[in-house]
Amino acid sequence: MNDVVKIPRRRFLARTLGAASALALAGCDRLSRTEWFPQVLASAEKLNAAAAHLVTSRKSMAQEFAESDLSSTFRSNGTADPETREYQAIAANAFADYRLQVGGLVEAPQRFSLADLRALPSRTQITRHDCVEGWSAIAKWKGTQFSALLAAVRPQAAARYVMFYCADPMEDDGTGFYYESVDMEDAYHPQTILAYDLNDALLPIANGAPIRLRVERQLGYKHAKYVMAIELVATFDSIAGGKGGYWEDQGYQWFAGI
Amino acid sequence: MPQALVSTPGDADYLYYRHTLPVRVMHWINVVALTILLMSGLQIFNAYPELHWGKSSYNGTPPLLEISARAGANGQMIGYTRILGREFDTTGVLGASRGADGTVVCAAFPSWATVPGTQWLAMARAWHFFFAWIIVINGLAFLAYAIFSRHLARDLAPTRSDLRSIGQSLKEHLRFRHPTGEEAKRYNVLQKLAYVVVIFGLLPLAVLMGFAMSPWLNSLLTGWVDLVGGRQSARTLHFIVAWLLVAFVLIHVFQVIVTGFWNNLRSMLTGRYRVQAEARHE
Repeated sequence: MNDVVKIPRRRFLARTLGAASALALAGCDRLSRTEWFPQVLASAEKLNAAAAHLVTSRKSMAQEFAESDLSSTFRSNGTADPETREYQAIAANAFADYRLQVGGLVEAPQRFSLADLRALPSRTQITRHDCVEGWSAIAKWKGTQFSALLAAVRPQAAARYVMFYCADPMEDDGTGFYYESVDMEDAYHPQTILAYDLNDALLPIANGAPIRLRVERQLGYKHAKYVMAIELVATFDSIAGGKGGYWEDQGYQWFAGI
Repeated sequence: MPQALVSTPGDADYLYYRHTLPVRVMHWINVVALTILLMSGLQIFNAYPELHWGKSSYNGTPPLLEISARAGANGQMIGYTRILGREFDTTGVLGASRGADGTVVCAAFPSWATVPGTQWLAMARAWHFFFAWIIVINGLAFLAYAIFSRHLARDLAPTRSDLRSIGQSLKEHLRFRHPTGEEAKRYNVLQKLAYVVVIFGLLPLAVLMGFAMSPWLNSLLTGWVDLVGGRQSARTLHFIVAWLLVAFVLIHVFQVIVTGFWNNLRSMLTGRYRVQAEARHE
């Protein structure tokens, strides 16, 4: 083969490859915006959840760390200070008027003050917080064992999920409040707590005061901050976007174990 | 490589059945899956464009790698990459680059290198996990096939005489002299070692470091992630392994081109590889 033939062929190949990859890329982006393709991709989430549950037990514990592993500061992500009048009012009073409302599919709906929550059995744990973005921070949390709270309100047999409704609006117009959900397995997990202390001090507003959820085997967005109300439900299909959480409604996985 | 011949060796060129159908199918599945995994992985990296060593990202030490952007004196965005404390201006590619519509976007990896092309972590994760399952299932299927068809023992495992000829093979590769004729029907020792390292080293390591980033799988066995230095180390290793795989692919494609692009491509599409007659008389 002589060079006269070779060079145009190489150039042709390179151009074809370039054009084909640009086309493939545009195709990927177009697929991402269809109705059906993300649903195909989302099938992997069910596999992720099934595989994760298959290899671990209900009580397998997230890693706990030593004081020497503590991060110098615990990063505040998402909302740092909910600007609603309601939240600012209870915050101004050091959350003395805060009442956590627990209802839904329970035998004994109740309202808990911070003192009530502190009176329930607590757990202290040094754990690593893994954000979906990729960063990790290690902190010491103390809070009400969620299983103790459940024992107080007595879930009905039909309850399958626990909804957490938060004080922080996610939209600029003050609507779209943050919310999250976990299943009963996570709700009863020993490390699932409603944290009121961070690193031996009161939980700061930037990190979710007066209480935030810790659900240690899942990514950060599951750990709802500024929890105002809890509801036990059989399904969350008709709540907000129907996907079980604020970020889930934006396309993030409900199973945030990976 | 099955021994079945398309035609018998003689003085003329002949087609040799080099790659079986399962190997060809699994190869091309890998091409698609690895490409998507890399590009969606880069989009996931863009959500937190730093790499750390240790259990957390806030342990008082600076990142090993950081890709970011800052405004220059004239307001233009300057993209920079800081590796082990040394900063490089990477405007145009890393940190700040032009998006599909031509506007400057501040993103670690540029639009043309990521899936999706614009900042969209949730969608990148969806792509990444879907194709992670594809490559794991494909890998397990390949492993089963390679063992039971003896592809592994016959074609991939280096023999003792292979290993003795590493030096010789290295010299030949560096001079771009590659086995031809009958010798080209089998993998050479460097080729075998490259495939074995990728199949049994890099790919399983990438999967394992993926598992190490999962908070749920961290609970599998207390402290197992510390064996590789912690979750942020696992993330760093996952990133490094991804680029080692890219390096492998670049060398692989280079070798494919210099040893007869169309012949190699045909053998991975139809299975048939042309063995040159004259070469056998050398």
